[in-house]
Amino acid sequence: MARLIRTEKEVEGRFEEVWLVVEEDPLQQWPEGPLSVVGRPAVRQDGPQRVRGEARFTADVQLPGMLHTAILRSPHAHARVKRIDLSPALALPGVRAALGPGEAQGLADEAGFAGEPVAAVAAETYGQARAALRAIDVEWEVLEVVLDPQEAVERGLLTGEPTRYERGDFERALAEAEVVVESTYRTSVVLHNSLETHQAVCQWIGDTLEVHISTQYIWGVRDALAEKLGIPGDKVRVVCEYMGGGFGAKNDPGEYTFVAAELAKRTGRPVRCALTRREENVGAGNRNATIQKLTVGARSDGTLVALGGEFVNAIGWSGWSAPTDGPMQTLYACDNVRTVRYGAKINTPPMKAFRAPGYVEGTFGLECLLDELAAKLELDPLELRRRNHADSNDGKPYSSKNLLACYELAQKHWDRRADVRARSGTTWKHGVGMASQIWFGGGGPPSYAWTRVTSDGRVTVVTAMQDIGTGTRTAMAQIAAEELGVPLERVQVVLGDTARGPYATLSAGSSTTPSIGPAVRAAAADVKRQLIEIAAQRHHLEERVLDIRDGIVVSADGNLSQPLEELVGLLEDAQILGKGGRGPNPTGMSVLTFGIQVVEVAVDVETGEVRVERVAAAHDVGRIVNPLGARSQVEGGIVQGIGHTLSEQRLLDPETGRVLTSTLDAYRMPTIADLPEIVCEFVDRPDEHLTNLGAKGLGEPPIVPTAAAIANAIRDATGADVHELPISREELLRALREAQERAREGAKEHVGAR
Amino acid sequence: MPELELTVNGEIHSVDAPTGISLAELLREELGFTGTKIACNEGHCGACTVQVDGVPTLSCITLAHSVRGAVTTIEGLRDHPLVDAFVRADAVQCGFCTPGQVVSAAALVAASPEPTVEEIRHHMAGNICRCGTYPRIEEAILNWRG
Repeated sequence: MARLIRTEKEVEGRFEEVWLVVEEDPLQQWPEGPLSVVGRPAVRQDGPQRVRGEARFTADVQLPGMLHTAILRSPHAHARVKRIDLSPALALPGVRAALGPGEAQGLADEAGFAGEPVAAVAAETYGQARAALRAIDVEWEVLEVVLDPQEAVERGLLTGEPTRYERGDFERALAEAEVVVESTYRTSVVLHNSLETHQAVCQWIGDTLEVHISTQYIWGVRDALAEKLGIPGDKVRVVCEYMGGGFGAKNDPGEYTFVAAELAKRTGRPVRCALTRREENVGAGNRNATIQKLTVGARSDGTLVALGGEFVNAIGWSGWSAPTDGPMQTLYACDNVRTVRYGAKINTPPMKAFRAPGYVEGTFGLECLLDELAAKLELDPLELRRRNHADSNDGKPYSSKNLLACYELAQKHWDRRADVRARSGTTWKHGVGMASQIWFGGGGPPSYAWTRVTSDGRVTVVTAMQDIGTGTRTAMAQIAAEELGVPLERVQVVLGDTARGPYATLSAGSSTTPSIGPAVRAAAADVKRQLIEIAAQRHHLEERVLDIRDGIVVSADGNLSQPLEELVGLLEDAQILGKGGRGPNPTGMSVLTFGIQVVEVAVDVETGEVRVERVAAAHDVGRIVNPLGARSQVEGGIVQGIGHTLSEQRLLDPETGRVLTSTLDAYRMPTIADLPEIVCEFVDRPDEHLTNLGAKGLGEPPIVPTAAAIANAIRDATGADVHELPISREELLRALREAQERAREGAKEHVGAR
Repeated sequence: MPELELTVNGEIHSVDAPTGISLAELLREELGFTGTKIACNEGHCGACTVQVDGVPTLSCITLAHSVRGAVTTIEGLRDHPLVDAFVRADAVQCGFCTPGQVVSAAALVAASPEPTVEEIRHHMAGNICRCGTYPRIEEAILNWRG
C-alpha cells in the first residue's frame, strides 16, 4: 500500500521538507563486504563508447537545418541597456533571428557583470552569428561597480539576510580559553571548466520542445523550461545520455537553453547554443571567493572550547550563499560555536555550485586554523582531531560515522612524518599534513526505477537519471544484477531521457548512487519476486525455497537448477516488469560523509615552488558499490583539489571587472605532469540506517580536505602559515618571511624570559 | 569553395570546404568524425588531438587546407589495444577528453612501446582531463598491451 509521509530532503547542504509516497515492506540491507557483484570492481559499461569516441555528447548533436547561436555579452561590469537595435544584425548574411533583452530568460537589460548575456543571434553558421554580434547597436548606461566583497558587506549589498548560528556561549568560552588562535583565510574563485562547455540544442516538434543538453539534471531542465515557457512538463523532452563534465555548474538550464528554445520557436529550425571556452570561463559560474575570519579557543590539552567565524562569500551578481560555515559547526565537538555568513552581491561573474560548495572553502580555513592551534600547543595535529571527535551532530545522532576508523586507516601514512621530514635539505623542505573531511552525500527521495526482464533472460533497468561521468550507470547495473542474481553483463541501463523513464534526482550533491541506487534495488526486487512466483508455479515448488543465483533459478534442496532464460523463455514476447522507489532518509538523524587526507609535500623555500608528492585518502561513505569507480572519484577529486590549491587562479581586472584568465593557458588546471602518488582507502561499512543499500555518495567528499592538507603539509615542512588559496609563490614567500620573523621574535622573547 | 583532398583513417575524402576551416571542424562537421572533440578551440587542452602521419596534432588550430599528410582520428584507432587498456584501468570519467588522450597515447606507444612513467607524463601533459583521471591514464598506458 502506498503511504504518504513528510520527510526531509537535502541537496548540497540545503534542506527542505517534501511530501513522499513510500511503499511498505522495505528490503533488508545486504551484509557488509563484497557480494557477488556489488562491492567488486566493475569496468564501466559505457567505457568502450566513451573511449572510442562513439558516445554522442550534446556537442556532437547535428540536426538537419540546425542554426548556430552567438551571444552578445556586456562589456561593462554593471550597465543598463538604454537602447538596442538588432536590425543591422538581422540584415547580415545567414542571420535568421535575433533576441534582445527580455526576449528569453537570461537576456538581461541590466548587466551585473562583464560578460552577462544581453542579446543573441541565430545564423546558418556560428561564424555568421558571431559576425552579426558586432552589428548590434547598443547604447549603455554605465552604472556603479562594486568588486570588493568586504565593501559590499559594509554597504549592505547582500544576496540575502546574513546567516547567523550560535550554540553555547562563545564570548564567555573564548574569554576562559587557555589558548586562542585568530587567523583570516581567503579562497579564490575556481572555475569548473568542464571540457564540454555549457550547451543545448533545441527543436520544436509540434507543440513539444526537444532539448539535447549537457546537464546534471534532465528533470530540472524540463521543469524549469516548462515553467518559464508556460507549457506542461510533458511537452518538454530533455535528453542527455553522455555529458562532458559538470562539477555542479550544470544543474539548471541556463540562458543558452532558453535562448536556443526561443530562437528555435521563431525560426522553426533546430538551434544550437554552445558557449565557447572563453565564455565558459566568464559566464558559466564559479566557486566563489571567500574571506574567513576565524577564531579558536582551546584548553592546553587541546580541547576546543570556542569556535567563531565570520564568513564572507563573494557571490558575484547571482548565485547562492553556500555553507562555508558548515565545517566549523559540525566537524568537531565544541560546545560554544558562533558563526555569521554574508553573501556579498558584487559585479563579478555568477556563483554556481562547485563540488562540495562551501565545505571546500570552509574546510580550508578551519583545518588550517586547527593546525595553527596544534603548532601553538605543540600537539600532534591528528591527536588534536581525535581529542575533539564529535559523537553527535549537535545532539542529533549520525546515521553512521566512521571518522575514527578513517583516522586509523590513515595512521600508517601519518607515521611517515619523520622519514619524510628527514629528506629535507637546505632548499627543498619536506613535510606531512592532514585534514579531516565532513560533507553531506546521503541523497534522498524521490527517485524511481523500472526493471524489465525479457524472455531471453536479459534485464533492462530504466531510470531517467544521468551519468555525468562518475560511473553511476555501471553502479546501477551492479545493484540490479546483485539483487536479481544475474551476471552483470546481462543488465543494461537506459537513462538520460525524461520521455523514457521515471523521475530520478539530479547528479549533484553526491546524491546519484544513494538516491537512485535504492530505487533500482527495489525495482529489481520487485521483478525478482515475480520471477520466483513464476518459477514456483512452473515447478510446483514453494516460493520460499527458490532463489536466483548467477542467472540460474535454484531450489534450496539443489534439485532445481534452471537457467533463467529457460524459465522465462516459454513466455516469448511477454515481459516481466518491476518498479521501485527511493524511501525516506532516517528521521532525526544526520546523514553525512567523513574522511581524512594525508599529504606529503616538498617546498623550495627559495622560490616558493610547492610539489605535492603523495596524497593518502581514507573516506567513509558507507557501502562501496564499485571499488574501481570509487577510486577514480577519489583520485579525480584530489587532482582537482591540487589545482585550486596550487595553480588555478581566475584573475579580474580590478578596474573594469573583466575576466583576464579566460583561456586554458591562463587558467592553469593540473596536467598529468602534476600528479602525485595517490593512495585511496575506504572504511566500506554500510550505513545501517540509510536505505536498503547503506551507500552514500562519493563525488564530492574527496575534494573537501585536499587544500587544507596541502597547506598543513607546507607548515610542517617550513613553519609557514599560508592563509590564501591558491598558494601562489607570493603567498608562500610571504608566509615564509612571516614565519622567520615569528621565529626571531620567539627567540628574543625566550631570551627575555630568561 | 576550394576542393580539398584528405586521407582520413586510410580513406581518401574529397570535400568542398571553405578556406580557413580548421581540421577539427572539417572532421566533425563535414566528414562526421565526431570522436574528435573540440573543448577549447585554441590549442590549449588536447581534446582535438589527431595524428598527421603519426604525429599528434591539435586539429582545432590546424588549417584543413594546410594538411599534407594522412590523418588518423580516434575512429581509426578503435581497435587499438589502448582502448581496452583505458577501459580496464578506468581511465575515463566523462569521456570528453578521452579520444584525444588515446590518440596522443597511441603516438607515444608507437614511438616507445614500453614507455616509462616520465615519458608518459612528458608526452601526455598536453591533454587536459578535468575529471582528473591521470592516475588511471598512466596505468592504462603502462599496461597498454594487456
